[in-house]
Amino acid sequence: MISINDTIFFIAFPSLVISFLLILIRIIKGPTLADRVIGLDSMGYIAIGFIICYSIYFNSPVLLDIVTVLALISFLGTAAFAYYIDKGKKDD
Amino acid sequence: MNIFFEALLLLWRDNMKSLILSTTIKILLPMMLLFSFFLLMRGHNLPGGGFTGGLVASAGFALYAIALGIKSTRQIMRIKPDTLLYSGLLITGFSGLMAVFSGKPFMTGLWLANEIPGFQKIGTPVLFDVGVYLVVLGMVTKIIFSLMEED
Repeated sequence: MISINDTIFFIAFPSLVISFLLILIRIIKGPTLADRVIGLDSMGYIAIGFIICYSIYFNSPVLLDIVTVLALISFLGTAAFAYYIDKGKKDD
Repeated sequence: MNIFFEALLLLWRDNMKSLILSTTIKILLPMMLLFSFFLLMRGHNLPGGGFTGGLVASAGFALYAIALGIKSTRQIMRIKPDTLLYSGLLITGFSGLMAVFSGKPFMTGLWLANEIPGFQKIGTPVLFDVGVYLVVLGMVTKIIFSLMEED
């Protein structure tokens, strides 16, 4: 019988690390600025997943409030980036 | 698929307002304000407090300004950022002076004897947190508005 802690340790954490590395490759290679912005945005969501898994694994629900704040703020960052990319295109 | 995105971008550039973003933020802003109030009210027992709550609230107003423009953001805020800032400073100073008036050192925490249902203990540190919340909210919204109005 597999417990939830084993599931997190052997499935959730490794898949998060692998997707983190893939996004890192996209941010380094990314041909345009928009690719890098989307990469940073998804990196924020992977950080959210990491914190959720950590708080379940070590049984500390206090960290879940940080997740709420991070989810709200990373959305703001992406929206602001999109606003300024669009503005820069308009000026050309 | 690419043509579709190009058309969306053109549509956005014509009226400078994204329908998805403005619809989302109208639902998201009350939730952010509620969460910031929650962070403010439990700040003296658990993680949170005036600074974090003020930052979350001002992030909500910043998103509203990006989605719907600064004019409508000023309309829904109703109070000027300057007024928020100075009244927050006044409340913070007053919460420190309350201990002086009752014959104790400056900024000693005074607590009510009875707990108010719904909240935890209420005292001068809560008042201090409210002041910090107002200062952070006023300062960050003032910075964001003046940066966005610059161009």
